[in-house]
Amino acid sequence: MSTPFLILAAVTLAGAWAAMTLRGLVHCALALAVAFAGIGALYLNLGAQFLGLAQLLVYVGAIAVLIVFVILLTRGGDVDSPRLSPASWPAAGVAVATAVFAVLGWAVFHSNAILAPLAPAPQPNIRQLGVALMDGYVLPLEVIGLMLTAALIGAVVVAMKEKP
Amino acid sequence: MTPLAGCLLVSSLLFAVGLAGALTRRNTILVLVGIELMLNAANLNFVAFWRFGPHSQGGPESMTDSMTGMIFVLFAIAVAAAEAAVGLALILAVYRHAKTTDLSQLIGRRP
Amino acid sequence: MQPSDQVFVLLKDWIVGQSPIMLQPGVSILLTVVPILLVFPVLFALTTVLERKGLGRIQNRYGPNRVGFYGILQPMADAVKSLTKEDIVPASADRAVHFLAPLVLLAVAFVPYAVLPIGRNMVAANLDAGVLFFFAIGAISELSVFMAGWSSRNKYSLLGAMRAVAQMISYEVPLLLSSIAVIMAAGSLSTVEIVEKQAGFTGIFPHWYVLTPWGFAGFILFMIAATAETNRSPFDLPEGESEIIAGYYIEYSGFKFALFFLGEYLGMFAISGLGITLFLGGWSAPLPFLTWIPSWIWFFTKLLVIVVGFIWVRGTLPRLRMDQLMNFAWKFMLPMALVVVVAAGAWRFLPQGVTRWLVCSVFLAGAYVLLARGVETRNKIAKRTYRFAE
Repeated sequence: MSTPFLILAAVTLAGAWAAMTLRGLVHCALALAVAFAGIGALYLNLGAQFLGLAQLLVYVGAIAVLIVFVILLTRGGDVDSPRLSPASWPAAGVAVATAVFAVLGWAVFHSNAILAPLAPAPQPNIRQLGVALMDGYVLPLEVIGLMLTAALIGAVVVAMKEKP
Repeated sequence: MTPLAGCLLVSSLLFAVGLAGALTRRNTILVLVGIELMLNAANLNFVAFWRFGPHSQGGPESMTDSMTGMIFVLFAIAVAAAEAAVGLALILAVYRHAKTTDLSQLIGRRP
Repeated sequence: MQPSDQVFVLLKDWIVGQSPIMLQPGVSILLTVVPILLVFPVLFALTTVLERKGLGRIQNRYGPNRVGFYGILQPMADAVKSLTKEDIVPASADRAVHFLAPLVLLAVAFVPYAVLPIGRNMVAANLDAGVLFFFAIGAISELSVFMAGWSSRNKYSLLGAMRAVAQMISYEVPLLLSSIAVIMAAGSLSTVEIVEKQAGFTGIFPHWYVLTPWGFAGFILFMIAATAETNRSPFDLPEGESEIIAGYYIEYSGFKFALFFLGEYLGMFAISGLGITLFLGGWSAPLPFLTWIPSWIWFFTKLLVIVVGFIWVRGTLPRLRMDQLMNFAWKFMLPMALVVVVAAGAWRFLPQGVTRWLVCSVFLAGAYVLLARGVETRNKIAKRTYRFAE
């Protein structure tokens, strides 16, 4: 595997690990932003130009900022740092995650997809993506528009201050 | 190890880290962070298969078919954004009532 | 075209040709990137002098005029001052994040220049999705603003940072929507193609998008949103000098403050450059008998005109309050940007001639009047009366 891919994968995994183990909440959120940026760079490395840039725009530019805002609004920034373990068994969670990773790793190495020869990589340009969105995938596009509107209105209504 | 196997391993590792975090952390916001990591790992999986996997050759819809992976991920990103927004709004609303985001105090709490 | 137009491209090709085969890709990349890293900071230095003298003249005073001929060497004095100042970090500050914030801002401020076409054949990276790349990288700068504000452990700093991020997010939507109108009209996300679509002439009028009704409205919206995105006056409440001292970079001194300043001005140049590319025709000349002037001179002339416009607006208009700012973004600019998108679509499908000019202009003017009245009548403020001592 190529060096850029290894470096990007290492950065992403380090960011994800830091997001889940650091003590301060805001540090976790910033490490999450690094992980998102790493994944966006991985998409660009795999040749999905529009997707990588959309990931950067949406995840790093909007979702990470949203998480940071909510951390600040719920006073997470200046209270004592949350401890790593819940009231009962932390080891159970880590064990479950390790088991899941073991199963997935076994599935990856024993599957036929790995043995199949690599097909030539597709090279769509933006125009073809746009045409496909408007031509074949127009129904999901419209449904996503409706869903985003509903989510927007719902989030505003849920988070609004109640009038006393 | 083929490039496809490498990508899939990275995405499974990312998924496992997100899962571990979502199961062990005590703060609600960090559980949401873990969920977002899991979603991103699944998206990475899709993009890896889109890039390296088998594609249908020829036929009139082959161009649209060859972009299915990318378009799925695009929609998954949009859905994840909506879900993060609504989830965080819920966390804000719960914080207003309970004055805490600590899960060990929120589980089984009487409203 | 003429050699003076392509002088930098020919120079770069000659140098790459002279270097050994193994190093040629490296030399080519270096020669593409290093001029950007040199030219725009020099432009930043000149702009600081221009701004201080311009603001001074608007405010009926001289600007700096001690250092050098009419104050032109002032940036040197500023550089020496900021480099030799003591670097104070608050005792309870988060050192890692405090250190990283200006670096992230600077890195994110330089990257968007890669997709701006500075002249004919003079773009650093001809991306297929250039405009999207620009906005994606610009969205990352919000995080660095937040990092700066939070790591200082200072209430004013945090307040300034949250206000700045809220303002940047709110004004990103009209910015993106007015760009989408241009992308629709040009049919491509690539900056090079957008400029090439605007490079023709009909009679003596260029095909710039700003000379169409929807383009004019879109350009004004884009420039207002750009002023807000880069925290320039009149949208500079987050860094208001008279309100919360310096907002999110209060606790930075010396070189790091200079880096923040540099990052802010670089962001201003980058977004002006994008405005020029999208609406003002990039490197193309305004009149057909002026095409002998090289293309990169036109780009920098237009950039200078826009920077002068920014300085002029800063010296003239008072600062907007936070709630006025947010109202303006969500209740006026967002609907107006949507109307611009619809007008751009109508322009494309109506037949050429007086019809589409009339229809689009009436549509835009009507929407503007309705929206402006709607925003204005909500707060009926009584006419200000003065009571003097008798």
